[in-house]
Amino acid sequence: MRLRKAFAATTAGIAIAAGLAACGDAGSDDEGRDVDAKSDCDKKFDEGSRMAELAKAGTINVGHKTDQPGVGFQGATDDVPKGFDIEIAKLLIADLCIDPASDKVNWEETISDNREPYLESGKVDIVLASYSITDDRQKVVGQAGPYMVTGQQVLVKEDSDVTGIDDLKGKEVCSVTGSTSLENVKAKGAKGVGADSYSECAEKVLDGTYEAMSTDGTILAGLAAQNEGQLKVVGDQFSTENIGVGYGKDHPEMCEWIDGVLKAAFEDGSWAEAFELTLGPSGVETPEPPTLQPCK
Amino acid sequence: MLDNLDEFFKGFGYTLALFLVCAVASLVLGTLLVAMRVGPIAVLRSLAAVYVSVVRNTPLVLIFIFFHFAAPIIGINFRWVQVHIGSYDFTSAFATAFVALSLYTACFVCEGLRSGVNAVPMGQAEAARAIGLPFSGVMTQVVLPQAIRASVPPVASALIAMLKNTSVAAIFFLAEATATMRGLTNDYSSQRIGIFLAFAIGYIVLVEIVSMISLTFERRWRIA
Repeated sequence: MRLRKAFAATTAGIAIAAGLAACGDAGSDDEGRDVDAKSDCDKKFDEGSRMAELAKAGTINVGHKTDQPGVGFQGATDDVPKGFDIEIAKLLIADLCIDPASDKVNWEETISDNREPYLESGKVDIVLASYSITDDRQKVVGQAGPYMVTGQQVLVKEDSDVTGIDDLKGKEVCSVTGSTSLENVKAKGAKGVGADSYSECAEKVLDGTYEAMSTDGTILAGLAAQNEGQLKVVGDQFSTENIGVGYGKDHPEMCEWIDGVLKAAFEDGSWAEAFELTLGPSGVETPEPPTLQPCK
Repeated sequence: MLDNLDEFFKGFGYTLALFLVCAVASLVLGTLLVAMRVGPIAVLRSLAAVYVSVVRNTPLVLIFIFFHFAAPIIGINFRWVQVHIGSYDFTSAFATAFVALSLYTACFVCEGLRSGVNAVPMGQAEAARAIGLPFSGVMTQVVLPQAIRASVPPVASALIAMLKNTSVAAIFFLAEATATMRGLTNDYSSQRIGIFLAFAIGYIVLVEIVSMISLTFERRWRIA
């Protein structure tokens, strides 16, 4: 009996401590923009459309990356991810009258290789995970956008003499297993080495195992900013990646909606603001908003 | 899938190469370990016992992580490994996988062989000692030949498990079969199931070959 009481007291104590901790965090996590949810979604979307369903349900599952500082990043102790992908996701979520900061949003980590299966099985509703638009992917999922155009560059140690991908012919260059970046590296004559995450690659460049790693310039800039004074981005972009929003192929009506939200964000400056806030600090200049591809 | 057969075979090429070198290394190391464990020197006996229990009780992924991310910090790295055979590159990723996998599998080989040693009647070793053989002679001429016969099935199981464990290297910079599969499923997401089946069958074929070799040895070495 005494034991049980002691147990109850301990659990209550833990619960209170956890509650306090949660309160403490609420104010401090202000690195992202606050995006207010739109109100009045009653007649905004066509009856039966996926947007209407999501707005009515009031919850949404969003696929994102966790290992790309500035683009899509979530530390082990972070409640929510942050980065440019996440800021764009917030705009879409808010347009469905769901509060992006609330727990109605289920942030689901997607790695490069499971984005299509997650969309196909309905585990996530939209994917914003530095998701390049490609023809083959569009056979199984829908892709709208792009909301960012980036290209592949090279990340090396601060004191390295490498000036671009052409200096790395025949050498081992790290990227993520299953990513488009790895294929591009091989096409450029370097030897691709596949890691499980971009941060693992950066670690291997830092400890000298590999001379360089390569992927989208925006991601590299984020990694360079995270390891300031140790890593640098070099060379011109040698590929063009159109980063878009993934959605389920069963809901083609989502394309027009996503493009509409993106267009509004391009025009009212919230796109540029999101860019400056997330990728600006790593030294990437805010470009012109990209041209949207027509929905199929 | 058919357009990418060269990648398919290259992926399994790395898998097979890793399996073969690890099989040799873990058989040698496993035999040494079992000799230490059943030998007369107490220090070596407990040293081998500690090694086997520590390494066998650690998940393989942790051993990989140790050699990839922790060991380089304290100066243990395999950057000096630069072997290039044809289009195959055996560099630090391969060497690290080789070391991690061999050290791990050796424990299971050791335990498999020990079960064989236990199956050899005590009188055999006593008789060998009685005719004046030293420990090395007792082991190499009397005990191990009989023990190896008895331990073909458990050692083969350890090697088959190791063959499948090579796939752990996929997440640690080595483009073996599983990593190749992940690359292909990402590029050709519309053919995900076909790609998956092809690679699964590849593993099944390899495992089947290993178990057939083990069966052959079992038959050949059968005690009349």
